[in-house]
Parts: sequence; structure tokens; C-alpha cells
Amino acid sequence: MDLFEYQAKALFAEHGVPVPTGKTATTPDEARAIAAELGGKVVVKAQVKTGGRGKAGGVKVADGPDDAFAKASAILGMDIKGHTVHSVLVEQASNIAEEYYASFLLDRANRTFLAMCSREGGMEIEEVAATKPEALARIPIDPLTGVDLAKAREIAVAAELPEAAIDGATELLAKLWEVFVKADATLVEVNPLILTGDGRVVALDGKVTLDDNADFRHPEHEALVDIAAVDPLEQRAKEKGLNYVKLTGEIGIIGNGAGLVMSTLDVVTYAGEEFGGVRPANFLDIGGGASAEVMANGLEIILSDPSVRSVFVNIFGGITACDAVANGIVKALEMVGEVRTPLVVRLDGNNAEEGRRILAEANLPAVRPVDTMDGAAKLAAELAAAAA
Amino acid sequence: MAIWLDENSRVVVQGITGSEGSKHTRRMLAAGTKVVAGVNARKVGQQVEGVPVFGSVADAMEQTGANVSVVFVPPKFTRDAVIEAVDAEIPLCVVITEGVPVHDTTQFFAYSQQKGRTRIIGPNCPGIASPGKSNAGIIPADITPGGRIGLVSKSGTLTYQMMYELREFGFSTCVGIGGDPVIGTTHIDALDAFEADPETAAIVMIGEIGGDAEERAAAHIDSHITKPVVGYVAGFTAPEGKTMGHAGAIVSGSSGTAQAKKEALEKAGVRVGKTPSETARLMAEIMRSL
Repeated sequence: MDLFEYQAKALFAEHGVPVPTGKTATTPDEARAIAAELGGKVVVKAQVKTGGRGKAGGVKVADGPDDAFAKASAILGMDIKGHTVHSVLVEQASNIAEEYYASFLLDRANRTFLAMCSREGGMEIEEVAATKPEALARIPIDPLTGVDLAKAREIAVAAELPEAAIDGATELLAKLWEVFVKADATLVEVNPLILTGDGRVVALDGKVTLDDNADFRHPEHEALVDIAAVDPLEQRAKEKGLNYVKLTGEIGIIGNGAGLVMSTLDVVTYAGEEFGGVRPANFLDIGGGASAEVMANGLEIILSDPSVRSVFVNIFGGITACDAVANGIVKALEMVGEVRTPLVVRLDGNNAEEGRRILAEANLPAVRPVDTMDGAAKLAAELAAAAA
Repeated sequence: MAIWLDENSRVVVQGITGSEGSKHTRRMLAAGTKVVAGVNARKVGQQVEGVPVFGSVADAMEQTGANVSVVFVPPKFTRDAVIEAVDAEIPLCVVITEGVPVHDTTQFFAYSQQKGRTRIIGPNCPGIASPGKSNAGIIPADITPGGRIGLVSKSGTLTYQMMYELREFGFSTCVGIGGDPVIGTTHIDALDAFEADPETAAIVMIGEIGGDAEERAAAHIDSHITKPVVGYVAGFTAPEGKTMGHAGAIVSGSSGTAQAKKEALEKAGVRVGKTPSETARLMAEIMRSL
């Protein structure tokens, strides 16, 4: 899960990483009140989970409360790269002497953690990496020993930060590492990290990605979910423990195993090219078990999606044999009630023939059994196109 | 021969008293696997499916000669379970558990590297099977007989599918390495082991979106692998920024796309199938020509 800047900064502040004082507003009036409370110059910043806010006009300096009202009016409701601005962060303006960059992240390729730090801040770090790679220090972090003050200083020195910033950056980096570990983050990024006119090092921006697998030890993470942005079908699926992702097409997809479902999306998309470009409506992995109840829950979610015109149930019987899966489908259809959307079912693998026999015997009008994945994808695409 | 797991492997199950652990212990035994021990510190002396339960991996190894551990404990306890296995210096530790926090995996992987005695497979994987010899994990044992194809895959069900489609040729070993962002055994490790295994004649490699493991494997194949390799990559049509079931399966910006992986593999001379069935056909052609 990616956090908003204001959430990232609240997390930073909890762990002692210095950030500017500020609050969020969802209306221009609120922005004015916050500016009045803070006093002096403020910065009004669009809260969207995407980069390039400054360039898009989503970050503005305001002279005082009335100007904050005006700037917030302009920014709230803006569209930045497809993200609508629902709130702004109103912060005390900082006296920026210099801008740097710092982050800790998961380095998948090397199966460890990585610190990145640069004296070139405020621009996109990919650009720094491409144009001035020598200006970006990359220091591997041993997951077993982490970052203490000595390691933090090594990072700041390797990035060739100026002498005046080294002490402040060292302390900030050590605390930022604490955020990374304690919150189970896969990314904590500060861009820019600033040196103020009076010599302090402050996180002027914050980007954090949290590991969803660690949610079980972070009950506090639930409150950080941006409910407004969650697709209602995805939300319902999550409540039922289903692994569902809403997509944009017309063909509902159910399969067992993440890899097989991803592969099904591909095969269906290729098949759809011959039928006016129909595409998958969702990703849904019902896992290895595929019990009647899970199958019924999955079908129910998919059939309640108004864009779905046909469904492709793609099951490879491994641990669960196909006869059990077929019985699951029959029971699921009883539980869901009358189904008008055609259901193309491909059962393969363990006990596939028995599974197909069960489906044939049940004689369900909506069900269209097909023996192969490629053939079933083609039929599902054809049926979706015909129902358009 | 086979890689990493054969008829002499002696398996200890960590989490044997749980529902998944006991169910799969029964299945592994039925497949002919020598499951010799289980571990649960609170149930020492009990038996599960006729298998004795010990207090620690070290005890189990000492008493039974176990040399492969299969981990079924819940995500909360996985890090400690793997560290216990690494401390006991077990040669192979197969982590089936799904949903392990990546900080935990990164730590136990670093710990295993530091100790240098244990190969970890997984987490979030179906395990490893050498058909007809031994089966450590949850891969169905009766899909295919033994044979000369080696298989390495990030995906469980696609592994089973490929085993099924190529069952007339059979497999030396099938390794499910898992779909998490950090895993103990990579495509490259498996490719090297298959290259060195005289019983393996050709290799199927299944990848998916996310990270750059397939690209790195492609470069490795180009310079180190002489046996024929057929590849498949899932997720060509997955949208950017969405995690597709596996924690590691996510396209971020322009990185981790299926297209880039396919191109890298083809550049290294790997024939890449457009669908799982086409991939199986490509491998069947190779096997018939050998």
C-alpha cells in the first residue's frame, strides 16, 4: 500500500524524523483556517499518490490565509495524472538552503535492502540515476545489522552531502531507517531532503510503501487505507478473503493459482483480438482449494459486475481434484441462483474426466464445458462479443 | 539423479501438527517421500500420521537423519522457524507458507547466506518434487512420472499444468521457487543445477511479471547453460501498479513487464511460448528431437 504524503509525514514524525508543521484540508475554508493558525507563508500541496505534482501545478506557496484559500480552491478537484485531488496539505513554508535526496528500499534483485542518497535533490531520482549516476550513492544494508548512526553517517558521506548537513542528515537517516523497519515498509523516500537556512535537515516530502503481508502485526495500517479509492467490488472480494483485481473488460475470469490466472488473462486477451477486442473484466484467484463456498463467493462477485458478459472458469485440478471442483461449481450455481451469463468451464488435470461428467450430468444451461484453455478462452471471447 | 531432492532425502515437517502440515504430510507419505520427523516444541513425543514429533529441527535431525525441512507454519512464525532450521544446518529448507512479510524473508535469507549451510526454497511456493523419488511440499505427486525434463517456476498451478501437458516425457525435478519479491532459490540456481544434472536433458522455465529475475536468468542462460531451454512468462496484459495475486507480481512503471522478460529470454536463444499449451508443444518438439 502506498501512503499519501501527509500519512508518510505523520509516520516520520512519530519516529522523530523532522518534518514541517502542517495539517490537511479538504475545503478552501479549512485551508484558510490552517494557514491562519500556522501564521506566515505556507505551502499548499495536493495529496495524490503520484509524482510530478509540482509540474502539474499541484504545489503552491501562499502568502497568508486568504491566499491559502485561493490556492486551495485552485488545487482541490484538480486532476493530476488521472488522480483527483480530494485534500491538500497546508504546511509552514520552509527556508530552503539546499535540496538532497534519501531513501531506503527493498532491493529485489540483490535480495537485500538498499540506501540511496544524493546531493542532487528535488528532481526525479530516475533522472539523476540516468544522467549523473556518480551523484547517487547506493549503499547495500545488511538486513541483520541495519542502520545505526555510524552506517547513517557513511551514507551521508558517500552521497557527498556538505559538511553543514552531515550531522543532521546522519540523525535523520537513522530515524528514517527506524520507520522503514518498524512500519514494515518496502520504500521510504524523502525528496527533497532539505538543509534549512538555519542549518537544520528536514524531510520536505515523504513517500512510503507498506508491505501488505505484514498487516497482521500492524492493526494501525488499516486506518491508512484510502477507502474512497478502493473499487467496491475489490472491497467486497477482500471482505470474503478473495484475491480479486477489477480490470476494464467484459469477460469475467476465475481460476486457481495466481500464475494460472495471469496466464488466463493473457490467453483471453489474445482470443478477444479476434472478437472486437473484448478483454478480461477482472483477475480472481480462488486458490488451491476451490471449495463450493469459495467458488460461489467468486461467482457472486463476478456476476454482480455489470460489465461482465461471459465468464471463464479456468481450473487445473492439482491438490483439489476436478470432480470436487465440478461439484463446487454445481453447488455454487445453486447458491447463486439463476444465471443468465454464459459460464465457460475448463477443467483439466487430476480427475478431469470425472469432473466433466459431473458438469454434463448436472445439465446446467449456463455452463459450457470446453476441454482446453485456449479453446475455452476463444469461446468466452466469442460469447462476450455476441452479448455486446 | 535429480536436483536437490531424491529417494535418499529424509524430510522433517515444521508445523506438522497444523491442518496444512498434517494433510500434506499424509500426501507426501503417500507419494513415497521419506517423511521421518515433525517439529512442534509443545507436542514432543506425539505422532502425526505415524511420524514422530520432536522439539526442534536440530533434535529431529539428530534422531532421524532428516536432511530436508518443509515449513508449513503460519506467516507470523515463519521467520523463527526458518532461522531454527538454518541454525540446525539443514541442507534444504522448503518454505511453503504464503503471506510472509518481506522484511522477515530478507532477514532469514541473509542469515542463511551468512551461515552458508542451507538452501532455502520459497517462501510462498509449492515446493520441490522429483517424480517417483520424493516430494517435498504440495505439488501433486501423480501428475507425471519421472523423466528427463527439468522445470523451474514462480507459479504453482502453471507448474502442474506444464507437468500434465508433458507427462508423456516425464520430469527429473520440478522446482516451484515462489512468487514473492524475495525468494531463497532463483531461476538461475535451478538452471545451474539442471545443467549439472546428467539426468536432465532440457529445461522449462516459467516466469511472471515483476522484478528482473527472468532478465537475469536470460543473461545467465546465454553464458552458462548449454541444454535447451523453453520459457513462458505470465502477465502480458496485467495493468501497471496492481499486484496480481503473488506479492512479487507487479509491474512498476516500465520495469517488470512480461514483454521485457520475453525479449530478454528470446535474445538468449530461449524459445518462449505465447500460451502454456504452446510452451508445452515447443518442449515436446525438443524432447522428440533428442
